[in-house]
Amino acid sequence: MNRLLAATLLSLVSSPVLACDAVQLGTIEVEQAWSRASIGTSRPGVVYLTIRNAGTEDDALVSIDTPISGMPMLHETVVTDGIASMPHAMEVPVPADATVALEPGGYHGMLMDLTQVLKEGESFPVTLTFRNAGEVTVPVSVQGVGATDAGCSENNG
Amino acid sequence: MKRRTLLQAGALSTGAVVFMLGLGWWQSRHSDEAPSGTLPLPIDRMSFALTDQHGDTVEAADWLGQPTMVFFGFTWCPDICPTTLSAISDWLEELGPDADHLNTVLISVDPERDTPEVLGDYLSNFDDRITGLTGTLPQIEQAAADFRATFRKVQSEDNYTMDHTAGVFLFNADGRFANIIDHHEDPRYAVPKIRRVLE
Ligand SMILES: [Cu+2]
Repeated sequence: MNRLLAATLLSLVSSPVLACDAVQLGTIEVEQAWSRASIGTSRPGVVYLTIRNAGTEDDALVSIDTPISGMPMLHETVVTDGIASMPHAMEVPVPADATVALEPGGYHGMLMDLTQVLKEGESFPVTLTFRNAGEVTVPVSVQGVGATDAGCSENNG
Repeated sequence: MKRRTLLQAGALSTGAVVFMLGLGWWQSRHSDEAPSGTLPLPIDRMSFALTDQHGDTVEAADWLGQPTMVFFGFTWCPDICPTTLSAISDWLEELGPDADHLNTVLISVDPERDTPEVLGDYLSNFDDRITGLTGTLPQIEQAAADFRATFRKVQSEDNYTMDHTAGVFLFNADGRFANIIDHHEDPRYAVPKIRRVLE
């Protein structure tokens, strides 16, 4: 990794924006973006988050991007006849007046070719592209290796 | 050109690419004999031998006399495997010392990457009563066949992932198959199912 990129990432890591806070893009709201700490960089990382579409038109999450992955993709874990597989998802539908979650065992952002170790307590940015609403960048908080949610207080109640 | 097209298709349909490329060495050779829905063998009729995260050999007979909980996975799996391991850690915590005499086992379906050391390192993040087993590809194929489980390697560009049986198998202390905890099972039902084999 070159020094400029490293410096950029470092500044993002120390960003004061909390991942539990909602980020607004028009009528789309993204919140509770989280990931799991990585052991080294050879395993793929993951991103989960919640999307609310308060609008009256259907939208869809069509891609994700992040500087910490050489190959970020949208995936969906599906279990068919008891066999789990993880096909690429062309998009994640975000219908009007609905809440959609990328969550364990379902849709997830799959972060192949990590460019850095993901450490618990840090965060990294992910840019989401919606078909209609456009792009928004959200901070993703890194939880423990065995975490199952964003660790936000409203999630624990 | 043909290969490139197939690889692109693989991004869309991971299952299809395995079939089309015909790179079948990783597929459980017993998978044709094990249609989904077939129950695992009783443990005393299993013939696998694998290596745990400490480097010790584990055979099916070693589990007899205690109830057993087994699932298949791999440590390069970012979504369902850590989720299952966390769920199992929660169940074990809820069961407390009652689960001390439960054989709780992850069998890796990824022998290329999951060495005993790698498994041990990864499992240190979860309940320490979980044993990780790995082995050579034929050894893991044998274990999958014993459980009537399946797995296959899904290649995409320079990465690969593994499709695998997702359920958690429960066995009584005498080795009889008892139940499966499904991947999406409500946690309220999982712990009672485990308690039934602990009794
Ligand atoms: Cu994935």
